[in-house]
Amino acid sequence: MRLGMNIVVLVKQVPDTWAERSLKSSDNTLDRESVDAVINEVDEQAIEAGLRLIEAHGGEVTVLSMGPDRASESIRKALSMGATKGFLISDAALHGACVMQTATVIAKALSTMEWDIVLTGGESTDARLAVLPALLAEATGAAQLTQARKVTVEGSTVSVERVNEAGYSVIQASTPAIISVLEGTNEARYPSFKGIMAAKKKPLQTVNLGDLGIAADEVGLAHATTAVTSFENRPPRQAGAAVKDEGDGGVKIADYLASRKLL
Amino acid sequence: MDLSLSEEQVALQQMVRDFVDKDIAPYATAWDRAESVDLAIIPKLGDLGLLGLTIPEEHGGSGGDTLAYCLALEELGRGDSSVRGIVSVSLGLVTKSIVGYGTPQQIERWVPGLCAGEMVGSFALTESGSGSDPASLRIRATRDGEGWRVSGTKMFITNGTWASVVLLFARTGGEGSRGITAFLVPTDVEGLTRSTIHGKLGLRAQATAELVFDNVYLPDEWRLGEEGRGLSIAMAALAKGRMSVAAGCVGLARGALEHALTYAGQREQFGKPIAGHQLVQELLADMAVEVDAARLLTWRVADLIDRHLPFATESSMAKLFASEVAVKASGAALQVFGGYGFIDEYPVGKLTRDARVMTLYEGTSQIQKLVIGRALTGINAFG
Ligand SMILES: Cc1cc2nc3c(=O)[nH]c(=O)nc-3n(C[C@H](O)[C@H](O)[C@H](O)COP(=O)(O)OP(=O)(O)OC[C@H]3O[C@@H](n4cnc5c(N)ncnc54)[C@H](O)[C@@H]3O)c2cc1C
Repeated sequence: MRLGMNIVVLVKQVPDTWAERSLKSSDNTLDRESVDAVINEVDEQAIEAGLRLIEAHGGEVTVLSMGPDRASESIRKALSMGATKGFLISDAALHGACVMQTATVIAKALSTMEWDIVLTGGESTDARLAVLPALLAEATGAAQLTQARKVTVEGSTVSVERVNEAGYSVIQASTPAIISVLEGTNEARYPSFKGIMAAKKKPLQTVNLGDLGIAADEVGLAHATTAVTSFENRPPRQAGAAVKDEGDGGVKIADYLASRKLL
Repeated sequence: MDLSLSEEQVALQQMVRDFVDKDIAPYATAWDRAESVDLAIIPKLGDLGLLGLTIPEEHGGSGGDTLAYCLALEELGRGDSSVRGIVSVSLGLVTKSIVGYGTPQQIERWVPGLCAGEMVGSFALTESGSGSDPASLRIRATRDGEGWRVSGTKMFITNGTWASVVLLFARTGGEGSRGITAFLVPTDVEGLTRSTIHGKLGLRAQATAELVFDNVYLPDEWRLGEEGRGLSIAMAALAKGRMSVAAGCVGLARGALEHALTYAGQREQFGKPIAGHQLVQELLADMAVEVDAARLLTWRVADLIDRHLPFATESSMAKLFASEVAVKASGAALQVFGGYGFIDEYPVGKLTRDARVMTLYEGTSQIQKLVIGRALTGINAFG
């Protein structure tokens, strides 16, 4: 591969996975304001994979996010980990966007950049669809390498270990490629204090739909391809079943698991 | 007045918090039992820039202001005081003194490695016969040609057996504070024997050592600062060091409060969570107020230092208050845990043990009161 790979890492800001999350009763969309926002955890693996690739081959990592203005915090974190620059797509009209719209908008943004590889996390913890990488590959015409746990590049060939039920298969493609990585691909680094200080001087470009040439009335909740018609909060947890061990505890546990079809 | 933190300070705080939650807290009990942290934590502290905070980048440091340093120490103190102490001593007492008083050669020799966590430093002031009264220290360095020969013993030296360099305070002149000189001694020097002190009540995961110098030769270029100025170097380091202990104590006490809150919300007695009993709430409320008060006293010192204003009395106030809060809050947390707090499967017992040393080292509580009293009255009541 020519010196200097251009890598784009997609990062989504999600409500803290460990917090009590809920939908808003007003429009059935995710309540993003009332909980802490964090980088979608597996996206940190994508950032790490991108950083390792440019450490090995040279080049730049651009962090791209679509989300409210606050998503710039997640981009800053990626910059403090070592990414080169940030790109935020933020527009009030995107509220309630479905995954199809998201793919269209991100593909449009990608068409304004030069890139060899797009890295994403396998799925986001708030939507859990895991289809965005495939949609982006379709929209951009790039190769699709999903569910990867290891990414290597040689020349213009990208190889990944794609996790499947039996283990993994090695899949190769030529760039440009869209790669989604899984949890456990590598250990994401912490930002160092120097990285934190450097991040504030790194460029972060914010664009809206107009900048990308997308009409506001094509997107958003009203035009989404999916809709949440109603929702109920999860019922409170029931008291568990206690198994008293009278010498036959093991059998009782096995029977219980079997009754739940877990054995 | 604006007590809000900058974006970078918040990011630092979050980074150290994540690091503590992932790489420190899960191991703290095991390290305590094993009487040693996993030493691999030291280069990690270096990689994150935590051993180079406030040190200029040109010397291999990571920059940042004094408040950033306090924020990092609070988070480390919440995780494990043994780890926090590594930073307080190696960076706070040793690296900063080298940057402050060292020659360009001394800075180049030691500071980048200390900031990177490739090595740690020790601060050797205390002796068996001189603790609160360091001006009475006895270890002696005598002239030998171009250099010095030193013999004697140092006691309770943090990082002692791990350190690559010891900031040694030795008597080169007559009695009293003016007769003491500082030296930077590499620990692979001939004639230095280091032994670990076992059986500590707390801070068990940290190396505390006795250092025996037997006719050790010190070339004059190892001298830090001027001859006879050693004790003022030590006192200047300790004035800031007290703030760093205070910041660590805020973290320890906050950790105690967090554990107590979680436990009190889960543990039920008399048909409801114990958090709903008024006397338990009193324990929690007192802890919360004292943690915040201790933090504000500590931040005031950081602010004074960053604005180049006098801070020594305020630093003693912060250290006195925060260390007593650490003792009290960890004890209160243990009370909230009831009998379970007495077992080391739960974290609060260790906090009470670790807290206990805070009112002893870097000047006991009594000594802090004497410093504050002297500033108030102009009368020295030490002697
Ligand atoms: C875990 C640990 C780590 C340490 N790390 C280091 C280190 O890295 N480097 C280092 O140099 N030292 C270190 N020390 C030493 C520590 O700083 C001393 O223990 C401390 O200064 C107190 O000295 P001392 O133990 O000799 O007590 P003493 O000075 O003997 O004091 C005993 C008691 O008398 C009181 N007292 C003494 N003088 C007065 C007075 N004038 N008026 C009223 N009360 C008084 C004290 O407050 C205390 O209650 C460490 C100690 C410990 C326990």
